Amino acid sequence: MSEPAREERSHRDGVRAVAPLAIAVVGFGVSYGVLARAAGMGVLAPIVMSMTTFAGSAQFAAASILDVGGTVAAAITAAVLLNARYGPIGVSVAPWLTGSAWSRFLHAQLTVDETWAVAAEGDGRFNPQVLLGAGVTLYAAWVAGTVLGVAFGDVIGDPSTWGLDAAFPALFLALLVPQLRDRRAKEAAILGAGIALVLTPFTPAGVPIIAAAGACLLGLLDRPTARTDEGSAT
Amino acid sequence: MSDAWIVVLVVGVVTIAIKALGPMLLGGKPLPERVTGVVALLAPALLAALVAVNTFGGDQELVLDARVPGLLAAAVAIKLKAPVLIVVVVAAVVTAGIRAVTG
Repeated sequence: MSEPAREERSHRDGVRAVAPLAIAVVGFGVSYGVLARAAGMGVLAPIVMSMTTFAGSAQFAAASILDVGGTVAAAITAAVLLNARYGPIGVSVAPWLTGSAWSRFLHAQLTVDETWAVAAEGDGRFNPQVLLGAGVTLYAAWVAGTVLGVAFGDVIGDPSTWGLDAAFPALFLALLVPQLRDRRAKEAAILGAGIALVLTPFTPAGVPIIAAAGACLLGLLDRPTARTDEGSAT
Repeated sequence: MSDAWIVVLVVGVVTIAIKALGPMLLGGKPLPERVTGVVALLAPALLAALVAVNTFGGDQELVLDARVPGLLAAAVAIKLKAPVLIVVVVAAVVTAGIRAVTG
């Protein structure tokens, strides 16, 4: 199923693809370190969390809940809801991870929004080498940023001053556009964005994204094999 | 154990498990055809949701701020076939510039 037809991308392409974002990720790592210390998480715990959880939005949510005196249960629930999307994302990359159990585990842990998006080759295909190169790069940036933030405090100020928060939607948009090759993909994109926006004011963070993943069920409307117009759908 | 460490350990273990689930159980095997068609649409659906939430999302509210012109500038750069690096930088610079001007 993996014919080497089109040009193969390698680890290096993965590094290159997320390099522009790595700077923004360092910036947010620093601000996470600062917030986590202010929230009374100490020095070591935020760094361990960046090394194990490796998911920015969930870590920010947990730290900010602890910061305002929220309960442990509330912090855990928010973080787990935010990371629930990695369930379906993991299923989508699984067929392309053909290595040993350890190799699959490693790739799985490095699969976050940005690395998953740059490793996508369209039509549901993923490149594990690009995933690994991008994953190691972003992991290093995130952990290094956290260490800087915890150790040296507010060295860069608020990352949004530098517009770094706009870097993420810009990257996702740049990666979305080539995915919109057929009508069904465009419908899924519009439905996904719509679900996420409608739910944002009414649900805890994380729920809009995982609900938007449900838009991929539009694929059930198609015949199982080629998405062509041979008529006679199910 | 402090509250912070409980959160770090529980969230860490659960997140590692969520991420590992698909690749450990299904790794290397092709998905059933019916599922493949669904999973192929996960990328456009989730990417579009991530664009929307990262542009308009606030603390349980929708907000219009300097990220929006940043994203519009990025869209123009994408239309002009700029490399991803330029797209990302354009969005950050436009957003930062508007924030600097408007305070």
